[in-house]
Amino acid sequence: MEADVLVVGGGPAAAWAALSAAEAGARVVLADKGYHGTSGATAPSNTGTWCVPPGEGRTASVEQRFKRTAGLADRRWMLRCADRAYENLQKLVEWGYPFPTEEDGSLYIANLRGPDYMRFIRQRVQKAGVTILDHHPVLELLGADNEIAGAAGLVRRTGSSFRVTARAVVLATGGCAFFERILGGTGLTGDGYLFAAEAGAALSGMEFTGKYTLAPHGSSLNKGLPFRWATFYREDGEVLRDSNGEPVTNGIGGGERQVAKALLSGPVFARLDHAEPAMQDWLQRGQPNCFQPYERMGINPFNDLFRVELKYEGTVRGTGGIRIVSSDCATGVPGLYVAGDAASRENVTGGVSGGGAINASWAIASGWWAGHGAAQHARRRQGRHFKQLQALGTTGLNGTAEREVDLSEAAQVVHDEIAPLEKSYWRSGDTLEASRVQLEKLWAGLNAAPSSKGIARLRSREVAAVTATARWTVAAALLRTESRGVHRRKDFPEERAAETSRIIVSGLDQVTAVREQLALDAMQEA
Amino acid sequence: MIEVISSDRCIRCDICERICPAFVFDRDESGLPVIARQDDCQTCFLCEIYCPTDALYVAEQAHQPIGITETEVDQRGLFGVYARSLGWSRGRAGGAQNDPTRHIRVAQV
Ligand SMILES: Cc1cc2nc3c(=O)[nH]c(=O)nc-3n(C[C@H](O)[C@H](O)[C@H](O)COP(=O)(O)OP(=O)(O)OC[C@H]3O[C@@H](n4cnc5c(N)ncnc54)[C@H](O)[C@@H]3O)c2cc1C
Ligand code: SF4
Ligand code: SF4
Repeated sequence: MEADVLVVGGGPAAAWAALSAAEAGARVVLADKGYHGTSGATAPSNTGTWCVPPGEGRTASVEQRFKRTAGLADRRWMLRCADRAYENLQKLVEWGYPFPTEEDGSLYIANLRGPDYMRFIRQRVQKAGVTILDHHPVLELLGADNEIAGAAGLVRRTGSSFRVTARAVVLATGGCAFFERILGGTGLTGDGYLFAAEAGAALSGMEFTGKYTLAPHGSSLNKGLPFRWATFYREDGEVLRDSNGEPVTNGIGGGERQVAKALLSGPVFARLDHAEPAMQDWLQRGQPNCFQPYERMGINPFNDLFRVELKYEGTVRGTGGIRIVSSDCATGVPGLYVAGDAASRENVTGGVSGGGAINASWAIASGWWAGHGAAQHARRRQGRHFKQLQALGTTGLNGTAEREVDLSEAAQVVHDEIAPLEKSYWRSGDTLEASRVQLEKLWAGLNAAPSSKGIARLRSREVAAVTATARWTVAAALLRTESRGVHRRKDFPEERAAETSRIIVSGLDQVTAVREQLALDAMQEA
Repeated sequence: MIEVISSDRCIRCDICERICPAFVFDRDESGLPVIARQDDCQTCFLCEIYCPTDALYVAEQAHQPIGITETEVDQRGLFGVYARSLGWSRGRAGGAQNDPTRHIRVAQV
């Protein structure tokens, strides 16, 4: 199959990239691991956007947000993100997306209900003439003459292979959930990070992955919003108290850290007892996904205590991802572009989580820019035919067959090195170093495994991608010897002004982490 | 995790098989979906709302099945419970225009 632009992924970033590239006149193919419309983190959720109308207030809104980004965001990117996202939300209005109406009759466009939004946008993507390949996970990129020339993957129904040659590729593969069972998380295994690294791109912000959200215990519902109105308890009904003796409340604010601490010494329970009747009604009708566990367990969360846990979210609500080098979301590898959670969101969220508003707008805006960037690149390459395509995939596809690996065991190992609160809520040099050693062993094991065949290639690549992502995370977290944003070091509890710089990681068998500022200085001197 | 497919309710339309993002279902000779890869289920409840006859049930536990039966789901009125609260009906989208989330976001800060 041939295209000008291949979009890899099926979430909002992929959809906007496909729409944008098609608008720019490109022939577009979109290949999704799942079904474009239900896959990814947005489809099962209800996402608030960062929606700031043009005018004086916008600069103020950027300024206010910037203060919360731990010093690592970029105001120019924030401003253009707010602008592009707003423009595209207006497109949704124009296209007839059913936004709710405010009391004054105007449309409320700052919230997109996941199942409706993704179903709606699939129809737009179809209408734009994009070829959609559902259940077609990409396994590796293809290169030719030091440029990206397409991608190869497998068809889930049959296990057979497919190839799309393209003059530009947009990676919109989402974040990495490290095999944690969160909403939309199954397919989010950092595949795009691995593809990009194999092509020679770098990642950034991987230490800003200490992100967790409350959920009913054992469920998939990592939605923090209702816990804004929670009080937290021990199993015997005794209320949890902070060091000042105050009850622990608001699980998406100050209460989160207290709950995390308490979870280390035993089960924690919650009750949404601060929600007044009107709020109870809004929560139930506005966030119905959050209530599915309660409904099915037969409990009333406003009256009954229920057990909670903190779910690990990796780069889905964390910040790290593929490093962007220019305003069209290029990666520095000719022909390779990146959008949404697959990209580092430091430009717009710095070292804190962009969940709750920024990420959804970023997916819209970055998708749009990446789609245009890719279409333009493809146009510049028009008429050019690649002679020899080179498959760029490594670990998980072509091992040396020295010994077998048990992939489900490997998945468990990598999850357990990253997801527990003791590993990523509070980091320390010792635990990070121990994880590093474990993960190096695991990586070597994956390299020594026999090549997998057919449908098994998918799992094998997912495990490779998550393991690689874990190694980059640990390398970045070791280098950042301070606490900042969602990176917390027990051994370095303070923020240090000298470390107000991003950390870039790269490499496969040899992982390196460098401070961006030092790297830029060195380049200037050379 | 996906646990129940009601063969009485199911009209063998194959929608769930196509739209499940985790590719959990296969179909038997009669066209009835079967849960072929249960452990891959991401407990997103989306198959339930896409199903035109409310024939599917996803239990709240994400790590393992709880063993709930079709009879219990039926008796407790849980078939289609998510679709109803969203305003989706017969597999068709609806209700987004009535979403009161804006009130929550105002009060949240
Ligand atoms: C529960 C929850 C609630 C959230 N709420 C909010 C909110 O209120 N506000 C907000 O701003 N953000 C929110 N977020 C974050 C937001 O959902 C994400 O930022 C957004 O979905 C990112 O879009 P994306 O397209 O980059 O990635 P995703 O939507 O995650 O999509 C990734 C896509 O890539 C595909 N894919 C992966 N690997 C491959 C491969 N190898 N080949 C082909 N395709 C592949 C997947 O199938 C999927 O389609 C929330 C996230 C969660 C989990
Ligand atoms: S979507 Fe519903 S009716 Fe259609 S095949 Fe699946 S279970 Fe049966
Ligand atoms: S809950 Fe989601 S992942 Fe599980 S079977 Fe249904 S659609 Fe598939």
